[in-house]
Amino acid sequence: MLANTIIYGFVNSVILLLVALGFNLTFGISGVANFAYGALYIMGALLCWVFLNSIGLPYFIAVILAVALTAIAGALMYRFVLLRIRGLVLSEVIATFGIGLALLELFKYMGFIGFEYSLPVICDTSIEIGAVVIDLQRVFIVIIGVTMAGFIWFFTHHTRTGLRFRGIAQEERTALSLGINTDRVAMFSVSFGGAYAAIAAIFILPLGTINVEQGYSVLINALAVCIVGGLGSTGGLVLASFLIGYGQTFTVTYLESHWVMLVPLIAILVILVIRPSGLFGKHKELEERI
Amino acid sequence: MSPSPLLKVSGLYKNFGGVQAIHNLNFEIAEGELLGMIGPNGSGKTTAVNLITGFVKPTEGEIGYRGKNITGWPPYKIVRLGIARTFQMVKPFYQLPAYKNMIIPLYSPRVKKITGGKYGDRNAVALDLLEEVGFERDAFVAYKAASVLPQGYLKRLELAKAIALQPDLIILDELFSGLSLAEVASIVPIIEKLRQQGKTIIMIEHRLKELFRIADRVIALNYGQKIADGQAADVMDSQDVKNAYLGSE
Amino acid sequence: MDNEKKRKERIDRGIKVRSSDVFALTSWREMLYLSAPRLLPVVGLLILSIVLSHYWQRVLLSVSVFALLAISWDILAQSGMVSLGQALFFGTGAYFAGNMNHYLGWPPSVTIPLATIFGGLLCTLFLVPVLRLRGIYFSMVTLVLPLMLVRIIEATRIFGGTEGLSGLSPLPNRWVELYLIIAVLLAALFGFRRLMNSDYGLVLKGINDNDRSVMNAGINIYWFKTQALFIASAIGAFAGAFMTHVYMFVGMPVFALDYSILPIAAAVVGGMGTLAGSMLGAFVLVPLSEILRPLGGLRIVFYGLFLVVFTVAVPEGIFHYIQRKYHQFERWVEVE
Repeated sequence: MLANTIIYGFVNSVILLLVALGFNLTFGISGVANFAYGALYIMGALLCWVFLNSIGLPYFIAVILAVALTAIAGALMYRFVLLRIRGLVLSEVIATFGIGLALLELFKYMGFIGFEYSLPVICDTSIEIGAVVIDLQRVFIVIIGVTMAGFIWFFTHHTRTGLRFRGIAQEERTALSLGINTDRVAMFSVSFGGAYAAIAAIFILPLGTINVEQGYSVLINALAVCIVGGLGSTGGLVLASFLIGYGQTFTVTYLESHWVMLVPLIAILVILVIRPSGLFGKHKELEERI
Repeated sequence: MSPSPLLKVSGLYKNFGGVQAIHNLNFEIAEGELLGMIGPNGSGKTTAVNLITGFVKPTEGEIGYRGKNITGWPPYKIVRLGIARTFQMVKPFYQLPAYKNMIIPLYSPRVKKITGGKYGDRNAVALDLLEEVGFERDAFVAYKAASVLPQGYLKRLELAKAIALQPDLIILDELFSGLSLAEVASIVPIIEKLRQQGKTIIMIEHRLKELFRIADRVIALNYGQKIADGQAADVMDSQDVKNAYLGSE
Repeated sequence: MDNEKKRKERIDRGIKVRSSDVFALTSWREMLYLSAPRLLPVVGLLILSIVLSHYWQRVLLSVSVFALLAISWDILAQSGMVSLGQALFFGTGAYFAGNMNHYLGWPPSVTIPLATIFGGLLCTLFLVPVLRLRGIYFSMVTLVLPLMLVRIIEATRIFGGTEGLSGLSPLPNRWVELYLIIAVLLAALFGFRRLMNSDYGLVLKGINDNDRSVMNAGINIYWFKTQALFIASAIGAFAGAFMTHVYMFVGMPVFALDYSILPIAAAVVGGMGTLAGSMLGAFVLVPLSEILRPLGGLRIVFYGLFLVVFTVAVPEGIFHYIQRKYHQFERWVEVE
């Protein structure tokens, strides 16, 4: 039982991590708050479904197209809405919130509800790790999650574009004066975040069905992980998702399953009390800036 | 230095990440003194003020005011003790008229404590205070929005905001920067008046000539350390100070 | 030299200038100019409360509740806190009142005031730790908390769980309901407008604008933010407690996103920064949503789009536009 819990806990944590990475990328690193994240997540999955089922494209092409289109949606969202209100935090929050809301409710209205809306798993087999049986899809999720996290870390620390991302988050004026086109970089960060959301959705949702309500849950979980881990820090994100992920898995196994939602809430409350800026949060408390 | 100093900074260190902004800073100021603080850009003058006034917490060291240890106190508590400061980059509330900008300092608990809550209508007090720093009353300058006032007036507004708090120690961070000679000459009498009222003043300045005319004592900083401390003339003659400003061979 | 160029100029209307000082008292016309905007909501609401049909009176109740939530949002926004979760305040007040009534048997005249105060206190306590951080954290936490509370109530089945608590005590009659909420709304509107225009409000707005400067003036900005938070959450809690006794029911829907989004939309559409604008926005959007009810889920799509369009294209809101037209006029003048 313990081995089972450890393995499934690991998977759960990576799922949380995968979901939070895109949001953290966009906000923590580039300073653009994207509350439409949950909507982009569902959009990625639905696009994939449409390409697979309504148009009949092969799996890989459907995935690539879906991710690409979601990324483009993110870029368009930036170009036509966020660009005009850049820097006004209030307006950014309201506008992205409004877009996310409109999209999710639109999907609901268009009728994307039901069991036939599900994505296929990559490989319908299971493998054995020690005494634990685990399906290959979950293993894939772990591999993808770790890869994506590693990619973000590498990207933001070692590539030019990634360093630009961090530059505009830290000090936009300086970045501008160094010739970094901050608007374009910000647009990339939003579309990157969207792409990440789509990738996460395509690999996680096969575990169940595509449920538009998940759009809100995804946003909650992403926010919870980011709050606990601290915005801007991939390491904090990893730690936070493992804390919450294992917390949830242990709760399901050893306590009762309906306490599961309490775990992120308690995590948030505890973090707010002992270390409000998050475990590895780089955004220190207001007093420290002048 | 005796009697016991008003403000005493001992063994102060501050690191920002890898940058050591303040390195073992020690100095004192006695009540009623006007202390000048000079040094090249980046030498840590503003950081020292931020540390004293609580906007930044020191990595190490102690700051004592009238014998009380105020290290690490938040700004509002330090203001209530009687220390006020101005900011180098003046940022008033631009849409508000100048006298409305004064309302917020006048609302502060410090003013209430000192005046026992019977100061009078804040608007009237604001206008009086602004007149004292040179906002001509008959030209109604105080009623103009801060966004249309030139730098000279904005600096005076900043000074008035500090004076409104009725402090015993005022720290002025580059008050003269961006002002013409005439404007500086017109502000100096205001500072002289503050001295006559018995207030202690620290002035960070780059305009050395004007500073040396009014300062009792001057300390010089470089790379976060104190490199000179004494009378103005002595400090200017010091080889360390010359090297700091002009560079050594 | 091109003499044909003209530019638009905005000037205060004559009547505004004439009514700007004490001589306004000498003329009925000028006094009317000054008092009309203030009397309009009072008289308007009183008339509406009498002439509307039973159905639309219920809508008026709903409008007033959302107007209160919008005013609460506006107060927070003016103090520099963007709340994405007015539902938190609403739901907390609702559950306090509902539980006190159900388990302790206290009547509405006791539960509503108590729920207002304790709901406000509890929400403030939840949010105080975030006040020291960047504003975005506040928004994130207010968004997340109601959504989480819903799931917790659903999962742990406390406070009535999924079915909620029903059969709660109603208010004496529908006239009491209507006039109570209207009275509170008007009191909140005029009272808090006065507050925000006073020196206290100036401090709050100053914290929003330049908190370093306010800190420098010896004011503890976190204490002030806490106060503003308490005021706003108490208003929201009142609204929630009130509705609990109108519907005689409290359940998970009180934390619904509707209660968070509509106040924001109302403030954005109506005009942020003046409590009257937020109230106006509620008076526009809630009846609109009633009329759009047949569209079902599409309604929220409209809200979302509304929010985006208004935030980007018409940021000042309806009220500011009306205010400007009332006080000023425009004309073309030649460029000198």
